[in-house]
Amino acid sequence: MREKILAVIEKNSRIDIHDLAILLGESEVAVANEIAEMEKENIICGYHTLINWDNTSEEKVSALIEVKVTPQRGMGFDKLAERIYQYSEVNALYLMAGGFDFMIIIEGKSMRQVAQFVSDRLAPLDSVLSTATHFVLKKYKDHGTVLCDEVKDERMLITP
Amino acid sequence: MRDPLNKTITTIPPSGIRKFFDIVNEMKDAISLGVGEPDFDTPWHVREEGIYSLEKGRTFYTSNAGLKELKVEIHNYLQRKCNVTYDSNTEIMVTVGGSEAIDLAMRAMLDPGDEVLIPQPSYVAYPPCVVLAGGVPVVIELDEKDEFRLTPEKLLEKITPKTKILVLPFPNNPTGAVMRREDLEKIAAIVEEKDLFVVSDEIYAELTYGDEAHVSIASLPGMRERTVLINGFSKAYAMTGWRLGYACAPAAILKQMLKIHQYAIMCAPTTSQYAAVEAMRNGDEDVKNMREAYDQRRRYLIHAFAEMGLDCFEPLGAFYMFPSIKRFGMTSEEFATRLLQEEKVAVVPGTAFGDCGEGFLRVSYAYSLKSLKEALGRIERFVNRLDGKE
Repeated sequence: MREKILAVIEKNSRIDIHDLAILLGESEVAVANEIAEMEKENIICGYHTLINWDNTSEEKVSALIEVKVTPQRGMGFDKLAERIYQYSEVNALYLMAGGFDFMIIIEGKSMRQVAQFVSDRLAPLDSVLSTATHFVLKKYKDHGTVLCDEVKDERMLITP
Repeated sequence: MRDPLNKTITTIPPSGIRKFFDIVNEMKDAISLGVGEPDFDTPWHVREEGIYSLEKGRTFYTSNAGLKELKVEIHNYLQRKCNVTYDSNTEIMVTVGGSEAIDLAMRAMLDPGDEVLIPQPSYVAYPPCVVLAGGVPVVIELDEKDEFRLTPEKLLEKITPKTKILVLPFPNNPTGAVMRREDLEKIAAIVEEKDLFVVSDEIYAELTYGDEAHVSIASLPGMRERTVLINGFSKAYAMTGWRLGYACAPAAILKQMLKIHQYAIMCAPTTSQYAAVEAMRNGDEDVKNMREAYDQRRRYLIHAFAEMGLDCFEPLGAFYMFPSIKRFGMTSEEFATRLLQEEKVAVVPGTAFGDCGEGFLRVSYAYSLKSLKEALGRIERFVNRLDGKE
């Protein structure tokens, strides 16, 4: 049941328990309990809203920053990651395989603010060897959802 | 001037539902639950394969029976999913949708006066195909109390010395009924005893819900040599517009079907065939996801109808609900017309699928949950008004 609950609420976290229970053919209590369990176990870590900021008047800039570091003795990457993810500007932080070590996704009000984060906060860290900042120009698809206008149903009532 | 027309074609009535559909198609703000095709787009990797085949300039004919690769994939697929084996060289052909396969089967097997048993409510094309092939359609009226399954009693009742073919349209459009293995076994015994053939239209096979998967009658002992199995890509892979289906039958039957196909059609669309190879090779996951989505909506509708007091048996196949409206004392067409006029929701009157569909509506759930919710709200309002609850 867990996988099925997660598959639905990953796409629509606002669905109410009543409807969710019907969709999955389970009782409301069972679904509610399962969700509460998963919240407790940190499987469900939050409920967010997918916003296309491009369609608002709000100025927002996103950037991906590739970071190369030297891991600290005895602590691997985790200690350093902790120092980075504490910054509220950091939206996501991943440890990567391949040509660099960390991928930071950052959101700021302006390019300048992002640049400041890199130069003032990130680059000066002892273990950071280099950074490469890539600004996002346009988001086409996010969280599995295409961010353009909704397509309309073009199917017709057809009968042979 | 002489009458330019053939006597048979002029006796076939035009589809009765056309008029109703024309009104719906013109009504801009109506919510339709009437469409009989998936709301999903064809999975992108399948579309891309079609595009790629065009880019490569594969714009030639394929062999009459279809691309070799595709026939092999169909062979593998049927073995994997239906536990029945057909020789990809002599027993499988690719058609222009399942509909062409139905026509071919009738034309290849019927002599004038042969009777064909057609369980109804069902897809509207069977009787005209039979008539055009010179046969005589004999309707078996299915009952809601049997959950619209074909029972041995109903079958035996209509068999005459002239009966040659039984059409088996399950999972069923419009009722959503399915035939379980034990149901099919009883039918198979009669088919064998009475020396009949089966045209099994399994276009909705992948859309079977619940614990038991679809069973093809061709997989039952002794049935393979008596069955023309028809399936296609439209419903399972959301590929209606690609117009691609297939027929599998013993070589002797298929050879004759192929003859008609090669003279009338030449071959199924090449682009579609390349796309279909990809669908069968790598599309199992897509099918599974779409089925799960349909299943969730199905449960949602069952629940909603129960709450608003619309009687409906639990359909276990296709993407249709077939609720009864008998208690309102209206014909299906009256109900559907008023629902359309008063609440702007379009559903299909059950009578579109045979006279015994009177008193029922076909409600499609090939729609997003959001549209379904909106439509159900309106249907509920309508039903409440009829019940004097407002």
